[in-house]
Amino acid sequence: MQQIINFLIKNSYKLLFLLLLGVSLTLTVKSHSYHRSQYINSSNAVSGYTYNQISSVKDYFGLRQKNDDLARENARLKEILFNKKDTILEGKIVVPDILSNFVVRRAKVIKNSYSKQENFLTLDRGTFEGLKSDMGVISDRGVVGIIEKTSKNFATVISILHTKNSLNGKIKNSDHFGSITWDGKNAGYVQLIDVPKLATLKKGDTIVTGAQSAIFPENIPIGKIDKIFEEKATNKFVINVRLFNDMTSLGYVYVIENKKKKEQQTLETETEKDPTKK
Amino acid sequence: MNSNFILNLIRFIVLLTIQIVVLEQVKFGGWINPYLYILFIILYPINSNKSGFIAASFCLGLIMDLFCDSGGVHATACLLLAYFRPGFLKFAFGLSYEYQTIRIADKLSVDRFTFIMSAILFHHLVLFSLELYRFDLFFEVITRTILSTLFTFIICIISIYLIKPNKR
Repeated sequence: MQQIINFLIKNSYKLLFLLLLGVSLTLTVKSHSYHRSQYINSSNAVSGYTYNQISSVKDYFGLRQKNDDLARENARLKEILFNKKDTILEGKIVVPDILSNFVVRRAKVIKNSYSKQENFLTLDRGTFEGLKSDMGVISDRGVVGIIEKTSKNFATVISILHTKNSLNGKIKNSDHFGSITWDGKNAGYVQLIDVPKLATLKKGDTIVTGAQSAIFPENIPIGKIDKIFEEKATNKFVINVRLFNDMTSLGYVYVIENKKKKEQQTLETETEKDPTKK
Repeated sequence: MNSNFILNLIRFIVLLTIQIVVLEQVKFGGWINPYLYILFIILYPINSNKSGFIAASFCLGLIMDLFCDSGGVHATACLLLAYFRPGFLKFAFGLSYEYQTIRIADKLSVDRFTFIMSAILFHHLVLFSLELYRFDLFFEVITRTILSTLFTFIICIISIYLIKPNKR
């Protein structure tokens, strides 16, 4: 017993090092699996508050830009209002016609990140304003990401620029769909993979969210086709998509809640589990 | 001893604040980020309690992780740098560093440049390999490490000069 205690005292420095190393490596490895950092994330009160303060200072530098954005969006909304359909421009949000399903809330990005492999944003609203995890986040130009974790007053968002995030996307005006992923290289582009070869597409076509997603309404713009590759092995297309959004500068965003998501998902899982199915 | 502790505590807080409030917003060319906060580990007094040192470095990294949403990446890099710092000191100043009372910030000589540079390089290498976490991005890790090291190094040297104006 004495020897064990002596050993512990003698090696306390090394043991402390190994303990701390174990803790930090566990956190690192955990953060790289899809459902990430349970404990260490910026939706807590302290860092949320700090980022809120920083962002309130930074806002002053972007007022002109924000005004422009708002004016433009106003103009677009008026256009939709006056003309109903037809004049909805490419790359703009089509207001979902099943609006009653979706609740839209405003929020502000107080922390943005785009230079890593796994990028997260922090919003200035949380459960108190009704935000929950797995709600979609869009800006006036297109998809931004999906809410990951929430605290009372803040929420973190998995950016579309996250190598392990994937969304359902499709080519506008056709029903060929694929998955939107990111290869971790350029913050201006994402990839649409698994598109069947049968799909007819050309450079410049618009990519929008698909109907399969229970998170986003259909037809929210993502980007337009920049380059098309054919994957020999699987006989499918891999498409480089230029994002409409400038992910490096995000201000106000909209959080979309799908009220019928639970119903849809329950039905889907029930169907898949159904033992009578052949 | 006591004043030393307070000095380090102040340094800890000030460096973290600068890092989070100012430097995290700066992104040269989109993704090159200087990490000034590791100056705390570099400048920590040499003849102090070793366990306290690595614990403090770990906390420093963990707080950075909290603000950067990066899991345990900074904590690991800081901890390893703190643990291997004696090695870098030996590498830069020669074997006898323990017997002299070197103050790293005093006068900037070649020895000190070597030490600061190698420490930053090591920290960044660990940081970026853990952050990217993929073998196929090996060259990306190397480029990011080298470019960020240069920026961190320049900013570290400038801040050392600002904090300690030439006494002699």
